[in-house]
Amino acid sequence: MAEISTPQLKTVDSGLHLRLRAARRFALSDSVFRLLTQSSAAFVLVMLGGVVLSLVYGSALAFRKFGLAFFTTQIWNPVTEKFGAAAPIFGTLVTSAIAMAIAVPVGVGIAVFLTELCPPPLRRPIGIAIELLAGIPSIIYGIWGLFVFAPFLQEHVQPGMIALFGSVPVLSSLFAGPPYGIGVLTASLILAIMVLPFVTSISRDVFDTVPPVLKESAYGIGCTTWEVVWNIVIPYTRAGVIGGIMLGLGRALGETMAVTFVIGNAHKIASSLLAPGTTISATIANEFTEAVGDLYTSSLIALGLILFMITFVVLAVARIMLMRLDVKAGR
Amino acid sequence: MFMKSIIGAALLAAGVSMAAATDISGAGATFPYPLYAKWADLYKKETGIGLNYQSIGSGGGIKQIKAGTVTFGASDMPLEPKDLNAAGLVQFPTVVGGSVPVLNLDGVGADQLKLDGPTLASIFLGKITKWDDPAIKKLNPDVKLPSDAIVVVHRSDGSGTTFIFTNYLSKVSPEWKTDVGSSTAVEWPTGIGAKGNEGVSNNVQQTKGAIGYVEYAYALENKMASVDMINKDGNRVKPSGAAFQAAAGRADWANSDHFYVILTDQPGPDTWPIAGATFILMPKQPADPAAAATALKFFTWAYAKGGQVAEQLDYVPLPQSVVDQIEKMWKAEIKGPDGKPVYSAS
Repeated sequence: MAEISTPQLKTVDSGLHLRLRAARRFALSDSVFRLLTQSSAAFVLVMLGGVVLSLVYGSALAFRKFGLAFFTTQIWNPVTEKFGAAAPIFGTLVTSAIAMAIAVPVGVGIAVFLTELCPPPLRRPIGIAIELLAGIPSIIYGIWGLFVFAPFLQEHVQPGMIALFGSVPVLSSLFAGPPYGIGVLTASLILAIMVLPFVTSISRDVFDTVPPVLKESAYGIGCTTWEVVWNIVIPYTRAGVIGGIMLGLGRALGETMAVTFVIGNAHKIASSLLAPGTTISATIANEFTEAVGDLYTSSLIALGLILFMITFVVLAVARIMLMRLDVKAGR
Repeated sequence: MFMKSIIGAALLAAGVSMAAATDISGAGATFPYPLYAKWADLYKKETGIGLNYQSIGSGGGIKQIKAGTVTFGASDMPLEPKDLNAAGLVQFPTVVGGSVPVLNLDGVGADQLKLDGPTLASIFLGKITKWDDPAIKKLNPDVKLPSDAIVVVHRSDGSGTTFIFTNYLSKVSPEWKTDVGSSTAVEWPTGIGAKGNEGVSNNVQQTKGAIGYVEYAYALENKMASVDMINKDGNRVKPSGAAFQAAAGRADWANSDHFYVILTDQPGPDTWPIAGATFILMPKQPADPAAAATALKFFTWAYAKGGQVAEQLDYVPLPQSVVDQIEKMWKAEIKGPDGKPVYSAS
């Protein structure tokens, strides 16, 4: 008995042992996996914190010297070392606002056409064209803007604008001055083209998620396409569309090379959209390499910090807007 | 694909910097970069010693040499003697170049229009806004000038070309001196900014009625309509290598303090008024005397044999008398920890 039972016991025991060992191994690999993913997530936070800290540290000198006036003064004088961020902040906000004002209606319009109205054979080619537009590097937009778009505007569009709006009270100052070709308006138009594919492709993707039964019921009770889009599709996909717009706005605010080429890089706030201006990222790209002196460098880093804050505020506002909308919709 | 090429480029860069451990390292001005690269190429063929020069801009060059990460720094704007002493640096010029006003005006070709300093300053101050302004007409009675608006194009990035140009305007216009001043970047009263010499030349060529200033080589390469200047002696001069050399030869290098010489608005019948030298910065007591000696040996070679290459690239070599003074200064100023000169040229 004993002779038989011992090996039996042994196999039972070793089987249990093996299973235990396996379980422990799984537990170990699980915790290693957990640790790996956790540290990857922590890495993002550390990186972000590091960027913020180094921006704050680098810009400390400029803020100590100029204080809050840094945000409101327009002077940018490397000779006397007096710097103010008003012109680049103004340029950044204005170019982005104009770009979004053009890109959002057009982009959402393209998405509606593609999902609701487009004949199926055309759907794929147009969709692919939009995605290709998103893939073009920004330097290409810049070169195209400088060599093709700006001269075209200077010769054929801007003189007409100046003549057309010359006698209209507000518009005459918005479209005043010699037609340089490059300037705030040109930069805004280039930005609009660059942002368009973001708005379009995300809107199209979320429009496709609307359950057909909703749309069909609406059509069934006699709604027009406009009514279906405005009352069914857009309310249903609001969060996604706003997400796409914010992604586009993020790109517009931070876009550097294309803007640098066509904005004219003048540290001035002009009332005319045809006049040259500058943006935060264009200023940094232009001047960082040859910035001699600590205060100059520090002021440029301070501009970087301001851009960081603007982007952060924009994203935060978008989040809050979405939350409000969700509450209103009763979700 | 994209990531791969980034990684590949990074590995390549790492490999290059490792291989360049015994080479001369320098960083700074972009203006003389094409020349330094060409010199480095020839010198490597002759001696096997390479030069790793990063054209990160004058500001970057000054920062790097102060931090001691490179053997020499390069700047288009000379440092003032007090700044040099504070940082324990010496400076010496390598070659001379010039800024040239260029324009894009229907019916006006190269060397047809002439301007004097005060008129040029008024244009860049935004006080003369039309091409048929009486001040321009008076200087050019035989040129048919349209009544187009003047579009001023300037550099948007900091640049030695801008330093030379604004320094000249400060010398000829008291108003420019008080309102704008001279530096590698200034607060421009008017006009549009473009990045780099290539940016300015493109913008001028794209824009009817534009006037800008570029480094001489760019004006030649792009066949731009350059403007003749009236120099200090009252003579009309065309931009040319000989006219820049005349400016370099006129300067009083012998009595200069730390070679702090600016070549704008120099006297002489054939002198181009908007000329300037580009400079090298080195520590008085290099942390690595052997590396400093290697670098100085390279510059000795460049002064002796690099002149022809410089002329091919439209830079102007320094007169021999200046080179002798520079080599004397090395011996007197750049010393190792033992108090002996790290390198003697002769």
